[in-house]
Amino acid sequence: MDPVLTPYIREANSHTLDHYIQKSGGYGALKKALGMTPDGVIDQVKASGLRGRGGAGFPTGMKWQFVDKKSPKPKYICCNADESEPGTFKDHVLMERNPHLLFEGCLIGCYAIGAKVAYIYIRGEFYHVQQVLEAELKKAREAGFIGKNIFGSGFDCEIYVHRGAGAYEAGEETALIESLEGKRAQPRLKPPFPAVEGLWGCPTAVNNVETLCNVPLIIDRGAEWFVSTGPEKNGGPKLFCISGHVKRPGTFEASMKTTLKELIYGENFAGGIRGGHALKCVIPGGSSVPVLLPDQIDIPASFDGIAAAGSLLGSAGIIVMDETTCMVWAAENLLHFYKHESCGKCTPCREGGDWLHRILGKIERGDGEMKDLDLLMSIANNILGKTLCAFGDAAATPVLSTVKTFRAEYEAHIREGRCTLPASWRSANRAHAAHAH
Amino acid sequence: MSFHPAMDYGRGRHKSARRLPEEGPAFVYTADNRAQLEEICSRYPPERRKSAILAALYLAQHQQGFITRNAMRHVAEVIRCTPAEVEDVVTFYTMFYTRPVGRHVIQVCRTLSCALMGAERVTEEFSKALGIAPGETDARGEFTLLEVECLGACDRAPVVGVNDAWQELQEPEAVKALVEAMRSKGEAALTGCYLHVEKSS
Repeated sequence: MDPVLTPYIREANSHTLDHYIQKSGGYGALKKALGMTPDGVIDQVKASGLRGRGGAGFPTGMKWQFVDKKSPKPKYICCNADESEPGTFKDHVLMERNPHLLFEGCLIGCYAIGAKVAYIYIRGEFYHVQQVLEAELKKAREAGFIGKNIFGSGFDCEIYVHRGAGAYEAGEETALIESLEGKRAQPRLKPPFPAVEGLWGCPTAVNNVETLCNVPLIIDRGAEWFVSTGPEKNGGPKLFCISGHVKRPGTFEASMKTTLKELIYGENFAGGIRGGHALKCVIPGGSSVPVLLPDQIDIPASFDGIAAAGSLLGSAGIIVMDETTCMVWAAENLLHFYKHESCGKCTPCREGGDWLHRILGKIERGDGEMKDLDLLMSIANNILGKTLCAFGDAAATPVLSTVKTFRAEYEAHIREGRCTLPASWRSANRAHAAHAH
Repeated sequence: MSFHPAMDYGRGRHKSARRLPEEGPAFVYTADNRAQLEEICSRYPPERRKSAILAALYLAQHQQGFITRNAMRHVAEVIRCTPAEVEDVVTFYTMFYTRPVGRHVIQVCRTLSCALMGAERVTEEFSKALGIAPGETDARGEFTLLEVECLGACDRAPVVGVNDAWQELQEPEAVKALVEAMRSKGEAALTGCYLHVEKSS
């Protein structure tokens, strides 16, 4: 399919309001939506089957329908622009090169659920992206697309950008709300879900950037078009982020009919493995999902296709590793991330993540014992499903998945008392540093 | 800092294992920063000023280089919450510094996609070029070297943040030249985000 989310991202002024009006029919979908009833908009999104692009794949129309409209409290949309899952960088591109599509999605979402304000929660590290958003918001406001009585419809709506300050956990929807309220980004016990009690205790929908960007397209082109673009229940355009050992890493827009193999090897996509090496494995949906082996990737890169192969599409952050990659090292690298980013609220994740990281470091530098492998599995299984949010599962998965899939490699490290795959692109001194503590 | 101004943590019976942030000199926002903060507060309902706490802390850090206990007290006063609530937030988020840092804070992304492309070697070369280990600041207060987690630009690995600016596709071999260039040109020596510069692919 031709790109519809990112058709102009390589044009110099694609982020400007003028460009959006000239080339993308600027805010025409909003005008159309304002001529429908709010329930009509939700019905359309439901009919499209749009599934959340942040990681969980929950149907967006249902999320909006759950928002408690009868509540006398104000309603809110929180756009999740935290994009903190390792290997994911698609929202970055959308916000920087096509911000008005996001604004239009926010406005239509607000109209549908009866909200008058949307907050875009952007990660603190995306300072340069935030500058683009703020400047373009100002232009859209001046042009009357945001503010009071939009298109003379009586609909008032504001969009504000809220900058985070460095916390992976802020990407979890209730932790995002906590952070927006000016607190530590730690998850809440659910239920109540945000649709009932979210931001400041008010009914709230938390939607990913790419999800909201799909909404104007659905309103404009219709739910049937959306459904027709992908496999059943996996419709619509999808952004895939491919990084690691490929010839041409980047963000690629494609239908979810496209296979994972094609995304990695296709000439229009990542172009294959770099330097004549062979593929070792792929993490298909951001660092929190299980690895897939080369013989498992000839599958549709859809929510259901990847789930059937034993992993998850997640945030579509496809991390490709070639044969020079040591899997014990890779697991240690990821557990360093998870121990560092654990918000500390739930004991299994806070203590278990650190413990897993220490054991992986011990094995990687050659001091491991065979019994450590069972201990790793047992700790990971004691984190899995035992925390308030999915972060705990995310931290356990790299361990469970790599020990299961690459057990021989772990055993070789232990038997030989050294890393058996010390790639040239790694630091030789880091192993010594690990010894020190 | 404590939940009550009269309780003095760190002395007497109330000993905490926490490393307390520095007291620092007296702190008040400049008029300009204060005005900016009030504009940001206006984005939230009047009774929800606390939502502006991250923005308030960024302004304090920008004004003073790092966040002191005196700055936290001032933020609490302006936001209308307790100093403990402010410290709670400061100590959670990685982008707030409670110690002095160099003029250029170099943040090498260490997470998997960048690591696969040589980020460990990049850190090593920065360490060599600057004569400091990750987590340290050089004697002249020019550079601080940090390793950070995923910055969200994995297709341009290895990625290095410098304050609020970016350097992409950083090869280990080119680190020394980058440090030299930054010494004379500052952040102008950086590539920035590729989306600004890339013509076509």
